[in-house]
Amino acid sequence: MVEVVTSLVAWFADPINWQGPNGIPTRVLEHIYYSVLAIVLAVVIAQPVGIFIGHTVRGGAVAINFSNAARAVPTFGVILLTFLVAGIGLAPVLVALVVLAIPSMVTNTYAGFRAVDRDVRDSAEGMGMTGWQVVRRVEIPVAMPLIMAGVRISAVQIVATATFAAVVSLGGLGRYIIDGLAQRDLTQVLAGAVLVAALSLLTELGLSRLQRVVVSNGLQEESEEANLETRLEGRTG
Amino acid sequence: MFQGLFDWAWVVDNLGDIWADLAEHIVLTVVPVGLGFLMAFPMALASIRWPRLYSPLLGVAGILFSIPTLALFVVMIPFTGLSKATAIIPLTLYTLLILLRNTVEGLKGVPSHVREAAEAMGYTRTRQLFRIELPLAVPVIIAGLRIATVNTIAYVAITALIGQGGLGNLFMDGFLRQFPTPLIVGLVLSVTLAVAADLGLLGVQRVLTPWQRDPR
Repeated sequence: MVEVVTSLVAWFADPINWQGPNGIPTRVLEHIYYSVLAIVLAVVIAQPVGIFIGHTVRGGAVAINFSNAARAVPTFGVILLTFLVAGIGLAPVLVALVVLAIPSMVTNTYAGFRAVDRDVRDSAEGMGMTGWQVVRRVEIPVAMPLIMAGVRISAVQIVATATFAAVVSLGGLGRYIIDGLAQRDLTQVLAGAVLVAALSLLTELGLSRLQRVVVSNGLQEESEEANLETRLEGRTG
Repeated sequence: MFQGLFDWAWVVDNLGDIWADLAEHIVLTVVPVGLGFLMAFPMALASIRWPRLYSPLLGVAGILFSIPTLALFVVMIPFTGLSKATAIIPLTLYTLLILLRNTVEGLKGVPSHVREAAEAMGYTRTRQLFRIELPLAVPVIIAGLRIATVNTIAYVAITALIGQGGLGNLFMDGFLRQFPTPLIVGLVLSVTLAVAADLGLLGVQRVLTPWQRDPR
């Protein structure tokens, strides 16, 4: 145990691990690059879908059942399969990461919209708001705790899962784990694990800050509840 | 390009291995969920008895749950090598959050008038727990077990990278030989297993809560 910690500290202290294409800064940036791309793509695809089915209640049941089934699909297998079908490159990994992040975003946004009080919606309409105004000025703000919980969970999920990019010959922090396992270099493997865990934790903290900012003050308590619920159901890898 | 994507002959030739991987996958799911429940249950009872314990216990389970799967498997290697325990311990820890939360919420959800009626009928505390509160909490507890089981089935595949794996072995096999058939078989079986486990647990719930069935 002590040896493990000592060698880990030595690994992090070694200047060689802080420079060049296999250095920590490069690997961290690669990891962030894959993750941010995947998160942005997932938001751009999932949120309009969630908002549409949430507002119109069309196809809600289908979308929810589909999302629940998607939870059972192992991310790891999907990444390997997309790689075999589409070949080496960033695209197959991105596709897998995005596809797996979409379900929890859609279900959460949908659930957020469904939870908006009927009376609130009716009075907004009674005040003469158009459908789009109801969406933008009433439903989205009220649903924000759940929408943000979905984004946050998916983002943390993506950061953790981007580790598998290394399995299919890309970079990122998974490189240390995969190369370390191949070279029987336990220290390197553990260093990779520590870095991935730290980056996911930072993502979680960063986005919970953001959540507190974008969620209206009156809804902070709902926001906390939404987090736990979503965390439990949103993970696949 | 999709020609030969799926090779039935391979499936027929390797039924024995596929079956062995599926069996291992089931063991690597049932053992952690079972152990997780054995740990979460006393923790839940303690949280009901001493409510101040609940939030710290939930906090610790939450931190464990937020560690990326591959990272936690890998961290186990110095202690347990590439053995079954390296897979089972993290998988067990991941189930704690949902199982603890749902068991506590289920027990707390028993209406107070039901509890008072039981007390008035002279039930002791223990008898009340096992005869009244637990049966009423079954739906919420099983909802937790369903989520924990489906999650665990998805995580087991990752343990192929640390020498375990169940159906994950099929993923690695297909990947290393650039041969999609085992990968597809693994994915299909994994999803089927998750759906079957989910429906099976729902069935258990229906058997345990006959009063909830629609009267016909």
